[in-house]
Amino acid sequence: MDLVTPSIGLIFWTSLTFITVFFILRKFAWQPILGALDEREKTIADSLATAEKAKQEMAVLNVENARLLQEARTEREKMLKDAKTVADRLVNEAKDKAIEESNRIIASAQEAIKNEKQAALTEVRNQVASLSLTIAEKLLKNELGNKNAQLDLAQNFLKEIKSN
Amino acid sequence: MKTYTLRFLFSCLFALSFSLLSLSVRAEDGNESSGEEGKFNPKEMIMHHVMDSYDWHLLDLKDANGEEHPVSIPLPVILFTDGSLDVFMSSAFHHGKEQVIKGNNVYRMEHGHIHEANGKKIIDLSLTKNVVSMLIGALILVLVFTSVAKAYVKQSGQAPKGAQNFFEMLIVFIRDEVVIPNIGEKKYKTYLPYLLTLFFFIWINNMLGLIPTGANMSGNIAFTLTLAFLTLLITNFSGNKAYWGHIFLPPGLPLWMLPIMVPVEIIGIFTKPFALMIRLFANITGGHIIILSLTSFAFIFKSMTVGFAASAGVIMMMFLELFVAALQAYIFTLLSSLFIGMAIVEHEHGHAEHH
Repeated sequence: MDLVTPSIGLIFWTSLTFITVFFILRKFAWQPILGALDEREKTIADSLATAEKAKQEMAVLNVENARLLQEARTEREKMLKDAKTVADRLVNEAKDKAIEESNRIIASAQEAIKNEKQAALTEVRNQVASLSLTIAEKLLKNELGNKNAQLDLAQNFLKEIKSN
Repeated sequence: MKTYTLRFLFSCLFALSFSLLSLSVRAEDGNESSGEEGKFNPKEMIMHHVMDSYDWHLLDLKDANGEEHPVSIPLPVILFTDGSLDVFMSSAFHHGKEQVIKGNNVYRMEHGHIHEANGKKIIDLSLTKNVVSMLIGALILVLVFTSVAKAYVKQSGQAPKGAQNFFEMLIVFIRDEVVIPNIGEKKYKTYLPYLLTLFFFIWINNMLGLIPTGANMSGNIAFTLTLAFLTLLITNFSGNKAYWGHIFLPPGLPLWMLPIMVPVEIIGIFTKPFALMIRLFANITGGHIIILSLTSFAFIFKSMTVGFAASAGVIMMMFLELFVAALQAYIFTLLSSLFIGMAIVEHEHGHAEHH
């Protein structure tokens, strides 16, 4: 029966000890420990949330980047195409202009040649005329150099006129 | 490497426990055998080890004449008798052989109890073996947990390590697996310090009780009564309207049943903590009795073979008790938080539950 009879002394000391230990531990152990645990759990939860948010932002950024890249690529292709068109146009224009220019030069050269030729021909004709005159003069001078010849000629003319 | 050291320590512990047990058993032989000389009385030996005492008995020495002298640490005896306070060391009784006279009071020690020779009523607040063991446990708890708390302050925000890690595991276990599921997220913070203290207080006292020559404090009915009573107080002082409503006007019950059911419900207030008290007491004391009974075989049969077999049994029981020490602390805490949780639960969906 001793075994199941609680003694006053033990009840007293157990209550005193337990309650004292409870108050000491509550103030100096459980509060700091549980506070630190709560804080750490909150930090971890916050960090995870931040990481998740960063991940999502990253994904959005990636999509944005891909879009920008695609846009840039399209832009570049368009620019290249435009540039090629422009270059082709320029080259063609230049070609046309060159052909035109060359034609013009050729035409003007032909014109010049023609003019020169004309001038040369006129010159030649004049020269021939003056030469012919000179020759004629010389010839006449030679033919009518003496009185006899002049008389002969005048007689000849007279004869001709008389015969007419 | 570590496990080997641990094993070695355990072996030493057990070897020591047997040698000490054998010594004290022989002491019983010498002192208390009433009939034949040298007859071993297992009941006396077991009771002596399970019960409280006024001194901390360590061992017995045989002198040249073959007489045995118990060696024990004397502890203070504190008595209130007729309004006077008498304090003296338990060694004054000379192991029950002499009486102590303080003023008008004459104290005698009979069968481990102190009586006043003239039959005066005594209030006995002695620091007995059990009390001293409990104080040591309390001191260990305070030292360990304040140092753990310091570790949190010192390296706040960092990962826990060492002892801090171990105790954090236990604290988080009690919080997340025992207290929050039973009491709920909203109110658990009020009760967590009590329940944590309860768990570690019971556990350390269970463990100290397993140390050879140690006291059986957590297997003492006064210890379990006190803790169960604290749970009873906390449960009923936190009880909300629904809790008291369930007791004095159980919902959905025909009126003529009330005279039967209300007393049953009122008894129910006390049976729950009563079960707590008996469970811890019976488990711990039972464990001690089994270990001591197994040890007794060696001295009853006085045979090496039986001795070895009993030792093997004792070792197995010691490991089981090591587990039971934690298990019973856990169960006491679990049921305490369950009772508190039942008293403060908010009944959103009417009634007709737990009956």
